[in-house]
Amino acid sequence: MPHANNGNSRFSAFPVSGRSGASLKHTHLNAIFSERDQVGFFEVHAENYMGAGGPPHAALSRVRRDYPVLLHGVCMSIGAPQPLDEAHLARFRSLVERYEPAIVSEHLAWSTHDDVFYNDLLPLPYTNETLRHVCEHIDQVQAAIGRRLLLENPSTYLVFAESDYDETGFIREIVDRTGCGLLLDVNNVFVSATNQGFSALDYLADFPLEHVGEIHLAGHRQQSDDEGEPLLIDSHDGPVCDAVWKLYDIVIGRAGTIPTLVEWDGDIPDWPILKAEADAAQAVLDRHAATGARKIHHAAAE
Amino acid sequence: MQQPNSPPGAAFAGPFTTPLLDPDRPTPPGVGGPGEKAGDVRYNVYRNNVTVSLIDALADTFPAVRRIVGETFFRDMARLYVRREPPRSPLLFDYGHGFAAFIDGFEHTRPLPWLGDVARIERAWLDAYHAADRDPLAPEKLASAPQDALPALRFQPHPATRVLRSAYPAVTIFAANRASGPVGKILERDGEDALVTRPALDVFVRKLPPGGAVFLTLLCTGKPLGEAAAAAGGTEPGFDLGANIAGMMEAGAFADILVPDA
Repeated sequence: MPHANNGNSRFSAFPVSGRSGASLKHTHLNAIFSERDQVGFFEVHAENYMGAGGPPHAALSRVRRDYPVLLHGVCMSIGAPQPLDEAHLARFRSLVERYEPAIVSEHLAWSTHDDVFYNDLLPLPYTNETLRHVCEHIDQVQAAIGRRLLLENPSTYLVFAESDYDETGFIREIVDRTGCGLLLDVNNVFVSATNQGFSALDYLADFPLEHVGEIHLAGHRQQSDDEGEPLLIDSHDGPVCDAVWKLYDIVIGRAGTIPTLVEWDGDIPDWPILKAEADAAQAVLDRHAATGARKIHHAAAE
Repeated sequence: MQQPNSPPGAAFAGPFTTPLLDPDRPTPPGVGGPGEKAGDVRYNVYRNNVTVSLIDALADTFPAVRRIVGETFFRDMARLYVRREPPRSPLLFDYGHGFAAFIDGFEHTRPLPWLGDVARIERAWLDAYHAADRDPLAPEKLASAPQDALPALRFQPHPATRVLRSAYPAVTIFAANRASGPVGKILERDGEDALVTRPALDVFVRKLPPGGAVFLTLLCTGKPLGEAAAAAGGTEPGFDLGANIAGMMEAGAFADILVPDA
């Protein structure tokens, strides 16, 4: 089992604990650079910075001078049964080395089969077989980057008849076997709970919060399933809904002031609107910090 | 095919992915909603996410093509391309290198025979945007090369540099449709060759003078200056060596020179 550590980071202390941040969007760059200390950190999708050079790296290098950067992989395809793409893993590793992100994360999902890239976070059945290859892939990533990976719970729209585990049980097994940390996406919990007909509170009660090093919040859209009942889509194109804010408040009250990202990837608003969402998350963190709520020692503080 | 020996437990991946880009195939077996709920609408969320996100990626890469043919036509055309040539890499900024050839063969764009070349320039623009950073060749360095060594001088292309040839006024059409203002009537009829460069952070697309494409293509493949100039002059009697060298230096097309041993 790879030892989870932050040895590669230039940060001796954890710099984003208790802070909120925002997705980095290049349309916001001028607004971001117009003032200091806009948010606690910025998070980027790793794949957008896997070109050799040019404006993306110039922008991220400048942001990195002023802010902690979190690196969020979207396309590693950890949940696929086939081996990881070594070239992709090497690119991922070089980004970790170049930008020294405060947190590195990926998804419990997959996106590549054979050599076709489907550009979506596809679901996997939760079985002993899939557990084994997910853990092998996480071991491989953690060995490559020399530090702990946080794994994000997915938004899902369907279930596999062959699944043997529920999602929280599957995730607990992954953490036990790999030593990875977790990225808890509260919106994904709400989306999946609605789509799969389980209780979001039960899911959170069963989720190993002590291993959560980061939280994601985002907006979703509502459609209808075959039976005409609500089917939520993890669209990242609007504000965080009230129910997700309530769940978030509960999580922070139980687990402590875990660094929190507000994601916004489609229909991107002007910077002040996204910053206001990050500020709202910061207010929740600050309120719980002031009341001393820190009941669980979480992974981020190690 | 990277995976000849799929491990046990891999059985879900093939059946799950095959229908994603094939609307005629049914929802894969073994997936559904909770309880007895059906899986069709639910599976279609993934079909839609895959298809729409890849069309969006092409729309981002080819804004001039999109503007020329209109949003609806573009998305219909892109959907066919996505189903025929889905990406083979997770780097979406590398997707669509076959899109220009697809357009060339697309029966509904035959009235626009130059459209594929516009797409080629747009693809080269994005390649230049993501190319490795490097300072372009300094004019002083070129000036310092001994005069008698000039014909044997070789040039190292800048990582962003691309040269494209077109039998149509593709550069003019590209430029008009990437600008923010209205597009007037395009009066140009002659073929145009393009030089794409990114000496610093901004990408530039220039129309090359006569013989320029032959000249720069040969220089980029390592041919010495004298040979490249002779070939360009042979195909284009009006080839102006001085103007072409000045143009390529201004564009930042090269990163270095290799002066032959005296």
